[in-house]
Amino acid sequence: MNALDQIFVTIQHWLAGLAPAAVQPLVSMLLIIGGLMGVFGGCFALTTIIERKTLGRMQNRFGPNRVGPFGLLQPMADGLKMLTKEDIVPFSADHILHFLAPVALTVPVWLAFSVLPFGRNMYAIDLDCGILFFFAIGSTSELAIFLAGWSSQNKYSLVGAMRAIAQMISYEVPLVLASVPVLIAASSLSLPAIVHAQSGFALGWVPRWNVFTPWGIAGFALFMIAASAESNRCPFDLPEGESELIAGYLTEYSGFKYALFFLGEYLGLFAVTGLGVTLFLGGWQAPATWLEWIPSWGWFALKFGALIFLFIWVRATLPRLRLNQLLNFAWKFLVPLAVVNLVVAVAWWQSSVWQFPGALEVRWLLGTVLLAVPYVWLGRAWNDVESAPRHYRYAE
Amino acid sequence: MSNPRPATIVMLNEIAFYLTAALVLIFAIAAMTLPRLVHCAVCAAGAFASLALIYLELDAEFVAFAQLLVYVGAIAILIVFAILLTNLQEADPQVRRASRSWVVGVAVAAILLAALGLPIITTPLLQRAAPAATAAPVRDIGEKLMTTYVLPLEMIGVLLTSALLGAVVIAMREEPEVKTKVTRPTTPALERQEELTPR
Repeated sequence: MNALDQIFVTIQHWLAGLAPAAVQPLVSMLLIIGGLMGVFGGCFALTTIIERKTLGRMQNRFGPNRVGPFGLLQPMADGLKMLTKEDIVPFSADHILHFLAPVALTVPVWLAFSVLPFGRNMYAIDLDCGILFFFAIGSTSELAIFLAGWSSQNKYSLVGAMRAIAQMISYEVPLVLASVPVLIAASSLSLPAIVHAQSGFALGWVPRWNVFTPWGIAGFALFMIAASAESNRCPFDLPEGESELIAGYLTEYSGFKYALFFLGEYLGLFAVTGLGVTLFLGGWQAPATWLEWIPSWGWFALKFGALIFLFIWVRATLPRLRLNQLLNFAWKFLVPLAVVNLVVAVAWWQSSVWQFPGALEVRWLLGTVLLAVPYVWLGRAWNDVESAPRHYRYAE
Repeated sequence: MSNPRPATIVMLNEIAFYLTAALVLIFAIAAMTLPRLVHCAVCAAGAFASLALIYLELDAEFVAFAQLLVYVGAIAILIVFAILLTNLQEADPQVRRASRSWVVGVAVAAILLAALGLPIITTPLLQRAAPAATAAPVRDIGEKLMTTYVLPLEMIGVLLTSALLGAVVIAMREEPEVKTKVTRPTTPALERQEELTPR
């Protein structure tokens, strides 16, 4: 079990050991970088075909089925098409920024993978404030999207970029607030330490994952909603709303630059999904002791795949929101709930000293009530706002 | 450091510092001199990011990432929005940005240099020996913020919140709403119907 569990670490050490001693640290780093880029680049290709197939299935059609067996070679065909397409830059575009924007979007996204633990001892770097690094890197993509929209000198691009920035700034707040209780519970900002804090079993059989607490369930739901908005996925894909904005900030991009945006978007989704697995689903930990024969990276991949499938499922199910609904939902519903969740998490942590019989049940009841009452109340208030006649400030 | 670092590492560190310092200066100069305002904003963001690199070289991870999060993630966006919302037409290239009189420029630069340089030269921090470990764990920073510096932290929180509220109040100021009655051709039948419908 141990050999299989550590197989990638062993291979990496062995390969690095082949290099001369002076350059060993460099070779070791390059091996990790190459591995990450290979695995998640492959994940990107695989996800595009799985997503199209699943969407097709859910919408009662076939999906791509012409290239290769069951259409499995479709990503390669897509990649070839993107590479060989003409790269069109509009005449009035700002050429330097138009070129820089896809690069500025894609490069930081790769960096975000460096702090995620993918298995036991499998992480590129254990930063003392890893999660802060993750969010700091993630926040730079807003500027890149703005540059893409502005440099195209096209009104649809600019409107799309403005929407994207408004959305990403708004949803960054609940995303970070939903992860704060986890940091309190683990009393660390380092992601491997957060995974370690979730090891072991309560009552002998319930894994001590954060999602199995009242604040964890709520935090996980908030996190996933905010994550899908951060990665501009349906039902939050307004920046590209093709029915009103052609393709938003992507309108004037073609060929490989378009592919880079596509790649950056999916990699952002992967990174934030990996963070969700790490924060709430116990990272690479197995859910039961008798399942520990499956290697740790296997558990990470399983949870990761399940969450990606959830995102695809949601995309196939929900219609797109309107912009005012989107922003109201973030500021008037998600942010207050995330703050309430923070209070519940602290209460849960403070009440862990209770010793009387039935203390666990009382704590669960307390946490659930503390979360359910604001949920219903905020939801009703929001519903009233939404069902009122629409009032346009600038367009009447 | 208890064990002296090898000379090559020290040299590499110095080279890295000069490279990043040059990067900061180039970006800063570009941010002041480029003709298009959005380019300036992008260069300012570049300068902020390279400053974060300098913090990283000083082992101040927390400050570096906070710098990236706050300056590149928020303040650069704010600058860009300010440019978009205020100055839609491009600046006339004929208009010189810098002041024409170089005497005034040199005087201002000298005053600024003196104002910044004197405290730096006379600071007691320079006499103090460098601390043994420069890397402060996040835990220490957090504990200090929650115990010793909790009052300043709370004050900043209140200040920022009131600034936010003030911004919202200024931005949301409405024109006094003019009650305009919708005039429409009324027929007696319609009027009667309106009287009948409950309000």
